[in-house]
Amino acid sequence: MSPPLLEVDDLHVWFDLPNGRKLHAVQGVSFAVDAGTRLGMVGESGCGKTTTILALMGLLPPTASVSGRVLLDGVDVLERGEETIAPHRWKDIAMVFQGAMNAFDPVKRIGDQIVEPMELHGHASGAEAASRVSGLLETVGIAPERAKSYPHELSGGMRQRAAIAMALACSPRVLLADEPTTALDVMVQAQVLELLTYLSNELGLALVFVTHDLPIVAQTCTHAAVMYAGRIVEQGPTEALYHETRHPYTRMLWAATPDLDAHEEVLSIPGVPPRLDAELHGCPFAPRCDLAASRCVSERPELRSVGNGHTSACHFSSSVGAAA
Amino acid sequence: MSGSDGNGRALLQVDDLVVRYPIPRGLSGAVLRRERRFVHAVSGVSLHVDRGEMVALVGESGCGKTTTAQAILRLVDSDSGSVSFDGVDVTGISQSDLRELRRRMQIIYQDPYESLDPRFRVSTTVAEPLVIHGIGSRSERRGRVNYALEQVGLAPAELFVDRFPHELSGGQRQRVAIAASLVLGPELLVADEPVSMLDVSVRAGILGILDELRDQGLAVLMITHDLSTAARFADRICVMYLGRIVEEGPTRRVIEDPRHPYTKALLSVVPRRDPRHRTDVQILRGETPNPIAVPAGCRFHPRCPIAVDACREVDPELRTLAGERDHRAACILA
Amino acid sequence: MSPVQTGAPHAEEAPSPTRSLRWRAIAAPVLRNKSAMVAVGILAVFVFLAIFSPLIVGDDPKAKVGPVFAPPSKEWPLGTDGGGANMLDLLIAGARISLLIGFCAGAISALIGGTIGIVSGFFGGRTDTALMRLTDYFLVIPDVPLIIVIAALFGRSTWNIIVIIGIIYWTFTARLIRAQTKSVRERVYVQRARALGARNSRLILRHVLPQVTPLLIANTVLLIAYAIFAETFISFLGLGDPTAISWGRLIQNAFTDDAIINEAWWAVIPPGVCVMLVVLACTIIGQTMEDALNPRLRTGHLSVRRFRVLRPSERPTLQPQTPPSQPQPQQPS
Repeated sequence: MSPPLLEVDDLHVWFDLPNGRKLHAVQGVSFAVDAGTRLGMVGESGCGKTTTILALMGLLPPTASVSGRVLLDGVDVLERGEETIAPHRWKDIAMVFQGAMNAFDPVKRIGDQIVEPMELHGHASGAEAASRVSGLLETVGIAPERAKSYPHELSGGMRQRAAIAMALACSPRVLLADEPTTALDVMVQAQVLELLTYLSNELGLALVFVTHDLPIVAQTCTHAAVMYAGRIVEQGPTEALYHETRHPYTRMLWAATPDLDAHEEVLSIPGVPPRLDAELHGCPFAPRCDLAASRCVSERPELRSVGNGHTSACHFSSSVGAAA
Repeated sequence: MSGSDGNGRALLQVDDLVVRYPIPRGLSGAVLRRERRFVHAVSGVSLHVDRGEMVALVGESGCGKTTTAQAILRLVDSDSGSVSFDGVDVTGISQSDLRELRRRMQIIYQDPYESLDPRFRVSTTVAEPLVIHGIGSRSERRGRVNYALEQVGLAPAELFVDRFPHELSGGQRQRVAIAASLVLGPELLVADEPVSMLDVSVRAGILGILDELRDQGLAVLMITHDLSTAARFADRICVMYLGRIVEEGPTRRVIEDPRHPYTKALLSVVPRRDPRHRTDVQILRGETPNPIAVPAGCRFHPRCPIAVDACREVDPELRTLAGERDHRAACILA
Repeated sequence: MSPVQTGAPHAEEAPSPTRSLRWRAIAAPVLRNKSAMVAVGILAVFVFLAIFSPLIVGDDPKAKVGPVFAPPSKEWPLGTDGGGANMLDLLIAGARISLLIGFCAGAISALIGGTIGIVSGFFGGRTDTALMRLTDYFLVIPDVPLIIVIAALFGRSTWNIIVIIGIIYWTFTARLIRAQTKSVRERVYVQRARALGARNSRLILRHVLPQVTPLLIANTVLLIAYAIFAETFISFLGLGDPTAISWGRLIQNAFTDDAIINEAWWAVIPPGVCVMLVVLACTIIGQTMEDALNPRLRTGHLSVRRFRVLRPSERPTLQPQTPPSQPQPQQPS
């Protein structure tokens, strides 16, 4: 059996704080993504999901320290930091950033900006690059003639698709996306999600989707990982996370999300996430959890299997009622 | 329980509101006598909100929902149409009458991180409306501030009055903004995307406050692009497209039996929580056209999946649907 | 109405100490920066000398106390000038006028520029256009010839000089403050206050001014530097107050008394050095403040340094979380 396209093993990220302390932003995150699958990483702001995928691209600031392994086709690319990641960046693993649609250079044509990474990474140049650009624009649903347009001549949704085309410039096999549809209208969002699903189904891309929007994950992703305080607390096939929820935080997140068809009360989760500049004992969610017992305060729960490919980090995972 | 006042009159009544912005022609345009072009932000919107009722104004960006709200509050000037508040037409009133009116209509903004002056403590921010209108002595104001803070769940108030915004979370800041709008005892609250910038775990708390206020008799006009939130909290929904309301009615009627093709498409693409959910997803091609170049006939016809020839010529009115009481749609095929 | 009640209580974070934000915005970056602190020290010395100069040098520093152009010695550390007066005394006395003119003119410029900037930026429209046109005119006029003309016309008193400098250098401040005002005016909390019915005066005084003041202060410090230099060359050109001793005047005197021919460098260079030190000090302080207030000047993201990769053995351990000492009441989020 072939190894997963992308495998992350025990990833940790620390940030230096101005007061001399450190912030433990990502605390031992592990997951794997196969070709043609889509993993949604969800959690509240500050849970570490964006930091995690920035670490996979090696795009962390100088104040960051990382440890762990990031395996592309079984080879650890994080081993020596920038040195080992740079050759893979954009060619094997690429990213669509949050607000990418606003990050275009306003004085360069779209086509030229998509060619740029190709030439930078020695992937293609000249006429070959130009024809690749046409192909990419078609793939993302933009008329190839628009390559001559400037960013301000395209709408928000089209710019987001152009950003996806730019990420695909060097034919990566793994695509990371940080809140790709947050600033978009629901109809345009549907178009972009349809595109991303197509890229993964038809072109075999492995997709990692960071978002705070659970319904998007439910409808678009094959698998999901719920993050809290820098850790993954539940992970598995999306259907299982909804129909067989095994972590109280996941259940509360579903309960906090209104649904067009559902009629029940929408709940909020009291309290705030813990600070990450101190070592936590016990379960980080215990102070806000309605199932918390004394064991939860003293003993940190590890991620354990609770079903087929489904893990949860909770002492009482079997007592958690399903969201459905 | 919603209700108009004794005369059967809604608290807020908007009729045929039109707001358009001229696009500057420039010197060459004026000399060459080029036709003046306008951004047709709002092209004839009529709606009403009763006391104790929450109406959701939903639509995508560029549909004119925010401009409508601003015109209602007289933060922008309308070109024609009327806005009546408690029976009085407010579109042409004087500045001093407007100031009086501002006490009865309040607005909450989308961005809780920008809504509060970073240099003001919570007590100063919440007391500001009272100071502006010269209401109450210092101790009276303090009492009203504390009461408003407790109304929004920031209790005990003493714990929050001296804090600065940077010491509060996003949800807490939005609560302060709501408290500041409540302290004058308004009758109408316009909430512009009140929770879209907050984490999903805190949204219910904020929406719950608006829910409570509505139960206590406040009229709430909520602007949102999130249909799921509108479906859960609003009594009625008005769907806007390119400056017009294309469908409106009681929430459950619009959600369960949408009649306008735009509403149907919109509802079909809203993601549901259940991964096993299957609908006929109707993804419309292209994007909402520019409000400068509004299509002739029905403004939706270029993207409409069921458009017929007549749709290119007829601009449909918002009509009550057969067999329904309050459910209206602007479609000749509805 | 009861707040949404769910779940277990959680520990409440202690709120950070609430010092005035304005003070922190401009004072802290200066206190942190070594060269800025040196500059503050230098400026403090000169200000001290300026304030207490009558006590230090007595009534008449111009009095002849020794031979003309005597070189530096134990008795006269900086020698004597063309009139036989003690150079050191003259220098200290000169600090008073130079700094006075600098601070006053700087303050006047800041006042004019700040007011025009705020009015222009806040009201926009025709007011803005008109005021900016005015600013452009003042910007275009060459300052030295204008100063010469006005000084020639209106006489050469100290206060005239202060006013002249003040009305010429406000243009840059006006543009800066106008830009800042425009951006503050668009902030949501100002819109909100307007929607509440606040009058323009309240919006400007309570919301715009506090945001604009730190930048104005930083800019004023730079204006003081300009003003001191302006005073120096005005006096050097012979247009300054003939009765007042200022550093510019000392340089002028040295020239008219043929100090160069007499090789009396101590009569020419020290005043110039003083001007240079004060101007430099003000510039460093002002720029430190401005840099701290202007986020676009930050370049951290262009750093060449990279993130670090640690081996499992190198992992840092953080100090343990302090558990709440007693159960805290439920806080809404």
